[in-house]
Amino acid sequence: MQINYTLNLFILVILVAAGLWTVMTRSLIRSAIGLALTSVILTLLMFRFDSWLVTVFELSVCAGLISVIFISTISLTEPLTKSEVLKHMKARLARFIYLPLLILVVGVGLSFIKVNLNFQLPVAEIEADARKVLWNMRDLDLLGQVVIIMTGIFGVIVLFREMRRK
Amino acid sequence: MTSVNPYLFFHIFIVTIMLFVMGFYCIFFTFNLVRALIGVELLIKAVTLLIITAGYVTGHMALAQAIVITLIVVEVVFIVVATGVVIGLHGHNGTLDTRKLRNLKG
Repeated sequence: MQINYTLNLFILVILVAAGLWTVMTRSLIRSAIGLALTSVILTLLMFRFDSWLVTVFELSVCAGLISVIFISTISLTEPLTKSEVLKHMKARLARFIYLPLLILVVGVGLSFIKVNLNFQLPVAEIEADARKVLWNMRDLDLLGQVVIIMTGIFGVIVLFREMRRK
Repeated sequence: MTSVNPYLFFHIFIVTIMLFVMGFYCIFFTFNLVRALIGVELLIKAVTLLIITAGYVTGHMALAQAIVITLIVVEVVFIVVATGVVIGLHGHNGTLDTRKLRNLKG
């Protein structure tokens, strides 16, 4: 139990480190890679919490597809050149220098809160299969997902049609 | 399932708050639109972690997974449309710096 606890704690620490690197790094590409890394670490944590279906989605969609979208966007929008980045670095550093300190203060401050954690974890629900819950209990969610995906498709089509017209 | 130390959930709660702070900081203190989207992504990661933990603690793991799948779908569609808007803005203005986007009407 102690090994599990230490391992989970270690995963949490590297999750915070990856998130901090994502925000603090000056290169946009590195920031996108940091976000993918954060997703991968989150996937590890979810895998340890027995949520295998979500693990697959998080790893393939969030760490994979979204990173590809971000990197494509960065390459399409021609970000700043190296000399421009160096020029803006000082101002950026001045804005973001307080973030690690703020994170440290939040972490240490919250860890002083006294909470009563003498509870037993409940046993897993009867419908332990997420697919059954999704199809039988949350079927309206599926309809919503289809509507949202169609909205996204039409939104992108309209956006790029306008751009091509211009 | 019961072999997890309850104190771990408290640590996860703290990490979730930290991720929220990072995401909000990234959104409020950046002038780059792509970086602002990365901040939103960090916020969504925090929400995902919170939902999964809540499902684990309450024993409704399958329900939590179903909700997170919906969240991931919404997240992807949001990012696709938002990056489309960002590319459109860049094509129109030639920059992603929010300080230079002064020609928005409304």
